[in-house]
Amino acid sequence: MRTGERRVLTVRETVLDNGLKVLVQEVHTAPLASVWCWYRVGSKDEGPGVTGVSHWVEHMNFKGTRNIPRDQVKGIIEKFGGSWNGYTWIDQTTYLETASKDALDRMLFIEAERMDACLYDPADCESERTVIISELQGGENDPEQLLDTEVNAAAFKVHPYHHPTIGWLSDLQTMTREDLYGHYRRYYVPSNATLVIVGDVDTDDVLKRVESHFGGFAQGSRPARVRQVEPEQQAERRVVLRREGTTAYWKAAYHAPAFSDEAFFPLLAADAVLNGAAGLNIWSQGGVSRPQRSARLYRALVDGGLASTVSGALLPTEHPYLYAINASVAEGKTISAVEDVILSEVERLRRDGITPAELAKVNAQLRARFVYDADSVTDIAHQLGYFETIASWRAYSTLRERLDAVTPELVHTAAKRYLADENWTIGWFEPK
Amino acid sequence: MMADDPKAEGKRQKAESPTQKAGGLAPVRVVLDNGVTVIVKANHTTPSVSILAAVRTGGYADLPGKEGTAALCARVLDRGTVSRNAEVIADELDSRGASLSVSTGRHQMSASATCLSDDFPAVLALVADVVRHPAFPEAEVAIRRADLISSIRKEQDNPAQMAVDAFVRALYGSHPYSRKIRGTVEAVESLKRQDLVRCYQKGFLPWALTIVVVGDVDEQPAVEMASKLFGDWTALATGDKRPTGGDKPLGLSIPDAPQPLERSLVAVPMMNKSQADVAYGFVGIRRHDLDYTAISVMNNALGQYAIGGRLGDSIRERQGMAYYVFSSLEAGFGEGPLTIRAGVSAENVERTIASIDAELNAVLNDGFTEKEIDESKSYLVGSIPRQLETNGAIAAFLLNAEIFGLGLDYDVRLPGLIQAITLDDANKAARRLLDPARATIAVAGPWAPNPATLTTPTTPTNPPNPADEATPWSLPDE
Repeated sequence: MRTGERRVLTVRETVLDNGLKVLVQEVHTAPLASVWCWYRVGSKDEGPGVTGVSHWVEHMNFKGTRNIPRDQVKGIIEKFGGSWNGYTWIDQTTYLETASKDALDRMLFIEAERMDACLYDPADCESERTVIISELQGGENDPEQLLDTEVNAAAFKVHPYHHPTIGWLSDLQTMTREDLYGHYRRYYVPSNATLVIVGDVDTDDVLKRVESHFGGFAQGSRPARVRQVEPEQQAERRVVLRREGTTAYWKAAYHAPAFSDEAFFPLLAADAVLNGAAGLNIWSQGGVSRPQRSARLYRALVDGGLASTVSGALLPTEHPYLYAINASVAEGKTISAVEDVILSEVERLRRDGITPAELAKVNAQLRARFVYDADSVTDIAHQLGYFETIASWRAYSTLRERLDAVTPELVHTAAKRYLADENWTIGWFEPK
Repeated sequence: MMADDPKAEGKRQKAESPTQKAGGLAPVRVVLDNGVTVIVKANHTTPSVSILAAVRTGGYADLPGKEGTAALCARVLDRGTVSRNAEVIADELDSRGASLSVSTGRHQMSASATCLSDDFPAVLALVADVVRHPAFPEAEVAIRRADLISSIRKEQDNPAQMAVDAFVRALYGSHPYSRKIRGTVEAVESLKRQDLVRCYQKGFLPWALTIVVVGDVDEQPAVEMASKLFGDWTALATGDKRPTGGDKPLGLSIPDAPQPLERSLVAVPMMNKSQADVAYGFVGIRRHDLDYTAISVMNNALGQYAIGGRLGDSIRERQGMAYYVFSSLEAGFGEGPLTIRAGVSAENVERTIASIDAELNAVLNDGFTEKEIDESKSYLVGSIPRQLETNGAIAAFLLNAEIFGLGLDYDVRLPGLIQAITLDDANKAARRLLDPARATIAVAGPWAPNPATLTTPTTPTNPPNPADEATPWSLPDE
C-alpha cells in the first residue's frame, strides 16, 4: 500500500431544520480552522441581461451587514492572523476564512451575516461596478483569457455555460442594485448552501455554534435549477482572433462529461496521458507543477520546439462542460504547425488508445495529486464543499475508487466518443 | 486522504503541528564536512515531502551582455545528467507523480521537488544527481533557450510585467538590479552551452549548497540519506573557498542603489490593451537592515492589510478604481524595491497616481494610527501558523532563514520581533522610504501621459519639483 492511501475521511454531515447542510472534519495538525460557505449558484444560473450578477453579488457580500458595519469589515479576520476570500465560477459561489481556531465563532458569525444580512448600499453597488469592470479589463489584457471567452461562447449555443463568469460588459454597465439584491435573496438561502468546517475543532462544539448562528434562518425556497441542455454539436467550430500581440495561442475545447458521468475519470486519464495529471483542486491546483515531461503532447510540442507551453483541463462540473487543450506557440513557429501536431496526437489516441504502462503512470500521478490537493485545512475544506456543490461530498471520498476502475479500454472509448472533430471548437489567437 | 489504514491514521491524528511545539519548528541542521548544509524537518500531516536544494548564485552574477545566463542554466540543469538523459529523468519523475523545477532569483538558484513519502529516497537521489552531475546537452540548451525567448516575448505583451520592468529599470538606472533575471531576447539568443557550464561551475559549490527537506520523513535517516548523496561532493573549480561571513552571496558585495533625487514617470504605451498597470515606488532595503521588521509592518499597513491596506481603502474600496492595488517589499542581499502596484482603466491613471501620492503624504504628515499598526502586527504574528502549515511553505521559510542567517529559531523569535515594533518605529520607517517627490512611476497600457493634467505632488519636506515637467515621457533606455 502506498503512503497516499492512508488518510481516512471522517466527515460528520448534519442538516439543520432549515435545510443548511453542514460538513465537519476534524484535523488536529495545526491550531487552525477553515470555514467555507458554498452556494449552489454560479454564472450558469444567470439569465440574459444580468450575466455576471453572481460574481458581482459575491463582491457585494464583503461590504457590510446589519451587524458588521461597513467600516468594521476590514480586519475582521485579519486580527486573528486569518485570511479570507471568495470566488465565483460556473456552478458555485463560495466564501472562506482560515484563521486561528480561536476565531471559529467569528468566522461562523461572518458567514451567517453574509447569508442573511448583507446591506447592498446603493453607493457601494456603484463603486463596485467600476471595480468589477476593472477586473474584466485586467482579464482582457491577457490574450489567453480573451481566447477562452470566445471559444467558450462558441462551444455553447444553448446552455448558459456560454457566457463568462465575469459577465458581458454591457450587462455590467446596466445592471441595477435591484438585480443584485434580488439575486442575493433568491439564492442565499440555507437550503441552497453548504457550510464546511475543517480544522483543529471539536465537532459537537462546532455544531452547537452553527445551530446558534444559522438555526434561526428561514428555510427559503430552493431556487429553480437550470434546465437547458446543450444539443449535441453537429460540426466543428472555429474562432480566429487577430489582435496586436507577441505570441500566438491555440486552444481546442471539446464537449465533455460532467463530473458524475462515468466517462469523467477515463477522460481525466486521457488528459493525463496527453498532458500530465493536473489534479482536481481548482483552488490550490495542488500548489506544485504538473508532472508532464513525459506526456505525449509535451514531448511532441515543447520538446519538439513548436510550443513553449501545453496543458489540458478537464474540470469537475455539475453539467457537461468542456475538455480544453491549450498551447502557446514558440517564437518563430506557426500556429498551424502546433495544431497539426496536437490533432494528430489526439487522433492517435482515438485510434490506438493508451497502453497499460501509461495508465499505471497516470494513475500514480493522479493519486499523488489527490494528496497534494489536500495538504492544508483550507484545501481539504475546499474539496469537500466543491464536490458537495456539484455532486456530493461523498463523491470526493470515492475519487480513488473511480480512478482505479479506469481501464485502457474505457480511456479508448472515452477518447473516441469525446475527442471527435465534430465535437471541438478550435480557437486561434494570431498576433498581427 | 481517503482509504483505510487505521494505524496510519492514528499516527496522523497524533502528529502535531510543526509550530505547536514549544520549541517551534526546531529543525535538524547538519553541515557536512564538504560544507553542504542539510536541514530536515519532519511533518507528518500529509504523506508527502518537499525538497529544496539551493545555491547562492543567480541572475546577479550574469556577465554584461549575457543577461539570462542563470535563468537558462536553471532551465537546462534538470534536463540531463551524466548518467540520466532528459527522457529518463522525465520518466522517473512522472511515473511517481513527482514534480521538479529549478528557479532563479538574483542571488539564488534552487531546485524544488515534491513527492509522496514512499518516493522520497528516489527523488532525493535524482535531485542530488541533477545538482552534482548536470550534462547540459546541446539539444536541450537549444530547446530551453527558444523556450526562454518565447517567455520573454510573452511578457512583452503583458502590461503588468512591462510596468514592473520599466519601473525597475528607471529606479535602478546603472545599478545591476536594473537588469532582468530572464535577460533580453538578444542576450539569450547569444548564450552557448559553455556559458551555462561556467555559470554552474561558479555557483554550484558544496559550501554554497543548502538542502532542505520537510515532510513525512524521519529526521535522522533523512539527514543520513542526504549525507550519503552529497557528502563526497567536491567542487570542480579550484580556489573557491567559503568566504568569511557565510551569509553573503558568493562573497559578493552589492553596491548601494542610487536614490532617485527627483520624481520620474515612464510610460510604456500598449494601446491594444484594455487596462493600464501602474508601478510606483522606491529603492527599499537589504534583508539585514535593522529596520527590516519595522518596514515590513509599515508596508503591511500601507498596502497589504485586508484588501491592500490604506491604499486599498482609498483606491479600491472608496473610489472603486481598481480590482487590485497593493504594495510589496523585496529585501534581499541588496536593496530590493518597495513597489506599489495597481491595475486601472486608462482614464483613471492620473487619479490613481494622485491617490497614491495623497495616501503617502497622509502617512508622512500624520503618521499611521496606533490601531492600524496594532492590527498589522496582530495579523503578521497571528498568520505565522497558517503560513507554516504546508511542507512547501515550511521548507521555503527554513531556507530563507538559513540564507540570511536568521537562525533555526527564527520562527520562535519572529512574533517578538514584530510585537516590539512601535507606532513611532513604523512612522519612522515610512519617512525613511516613502517620498512622493522622489517616486519612480511606470505605467504600461492604453495610456499616454498628459503633462498638463498630471498632479504635482506636495510633501512635507520637499517643495513641488518643477523638473517633473521635464521628465521624458518615453520608453526608458534598454
